[in-house]
Amino acid sequence: MTNKSGVRVLVGTRKGAFILTSDEKRHQWDVSGPHFGGWEIYHVKGSPADPNRLYASQSSGWFGQLIQRSDDGGKTWAPVDNKFLYDGVPGTHQWYDGTPHPWEFKRVWHLEPSLTDPDTVYAGIEDAAIFRSADGGKSWGELSGLRGHGSGPGWAPGAGGMCLHTIILDPSDPARIFIAISAAGAFRTDDGGQTWKPINRGLNSLHIPDPTAEVGHCVHHIAMHPSRPGVLFMQKHWDVMRSDDAGDQWHEISGNLPTDFGFVLDIHAHEPETIYVVPIKSDSEHYPPEGKLRVYRSRTGGNEWEALTKGLPQSDCYVNVLRDAMAVDSLDSCGVYFGTTGGQIYASADAGDNWAPIVRDLPAVLSVEVQTLA
Amino acid sequence: MIRVIIPGHLRTLAHVESEVELEVAGEVTQRSILNALEARYPMLSGTIRDHVTQQRRPFLRFFACSEDLSHEPPDAPLPEAVASGAEPFLIIGAIAGG
Repeated sequence: MTNKSGVRVLVGTRKGAFILTSDEKRHQWDVSGPHFGGWEIYHVKGSPADPNRLYASQSSGWFGQLIQRSDDGGKTWAPVDNKFLYDGVPGTHQWYDGTPHPWEFKRVWHLEPSLTDPDTVYAGIEDAAIFRSADGGKSWGELSGLRGHGSGPGWAPGAGGMCLHTIILDPSDPARIFIAISAAGAFRTDDGGQTWKPINRGLNSLHIPDPTAEVGHCVHHIAMHPSRPGVLFMQKHWDVMRSDDAGDQWHEISGNLPTDFGFVLDIHAHEPETIYVVPIKSDSEHYPPEGKLRVYRSRTGGNEWEALTKGLPQSDCYVNVLRDAMAVDSLDSCGVYFGTTGGQIYASADAGDNWAPIVRDLPAVLSVEVQTLA
Repeated sequence: MIRVIIPGHLRTLAHVESEVELEVAGEVTQRSILNALEARYPMLSGTIRDHVTQQRRPFLRFFACSEDLSHEPPDAPLPEAVASGAEPFLIIGAIAGG
């Protein structure tokens, strides 16, 4: 048995952040919030090196972007620096109509704290770029080698904007980082962010002129199990994909899923071949097929999927589950959590066999992260 | 003393109760007021005008003396009633969004 005592679920919504806490049984929950009520909270995430250090992306159409930091597990917060200035001349990327469009900062989609240093945190932003702070968010600098990759002028926004939404830090190699952009694709650096290369070989996207192009793929989310950093799982716009060589080559593992469109994907904390997705009907019908909210689990690393339905609505359910809105805890019996655009947070304390809502009526959920507390 | 009224969400962010009183050096303009406001409340930087372009955020407006001054040049003198503190400079959030 591990020496762990509970979980803290960090929820970002359209109108504020919420913090849900429970002991290891995960039956009774304390709900705190809204924090930053009225603001869009795209993401809240805690430092693996110091669970009391949290970072939150707070934004609004009126007032722009703020970054908030907590040093006490979310009890109190203070704003840190919110200047995300592109390095050098920003240049242009491709607009929806194919014309060049200047790179413009819009918001921070994702915050990824360092695995080892609470003061180091990465930010994935729209228009797509990755920034890093090494002073707890007091200042930000762009890792501009990514945007400077020769393909940058050809990147184009997806329907949700041209966002860098996924950042994965390799626990076995501090110089290796994976990122994903809608709709440019996945990229990897092996030198701490100075240079990047596209890792999209094997992706097949029928909505772009060359379906197997080096860039242009609408990658929705990528997940990696820390014990196997070379194995990546991807939910693409359509298709669930897997790579066994750190993204150099991908192959499809959609198998018997009822639809292979979706946004979220995550991995069991203790079983690196057990993965979860939430199939969504289509790119224009952002709700579960047949009005049945089903998590699909594969225990074989893909291709063979089982529907998990106990405790989830199996009729008249038309919510979506967005790309950063699923997470797992690392208690002995792995907990799985996801949030919906209908404001529900569903939790399973038994790896997905049984589900129950923690809360039902939050604002639309944008992100869910989980901290397993000692 | 210049009186400035900021939107509710920014009052929460800056931990101020109602209107803000500022000393503004030199001519009283939109720019000099915003410079003084951001100097006193650094957490407001970037929330009213863009960090880089210094452009007013599209969903905010500047009112004073029952006039919309949003489209006046940022260095244009504001009405004497604002400069004297008789009237506040209002930063208004648009009735927009959801």
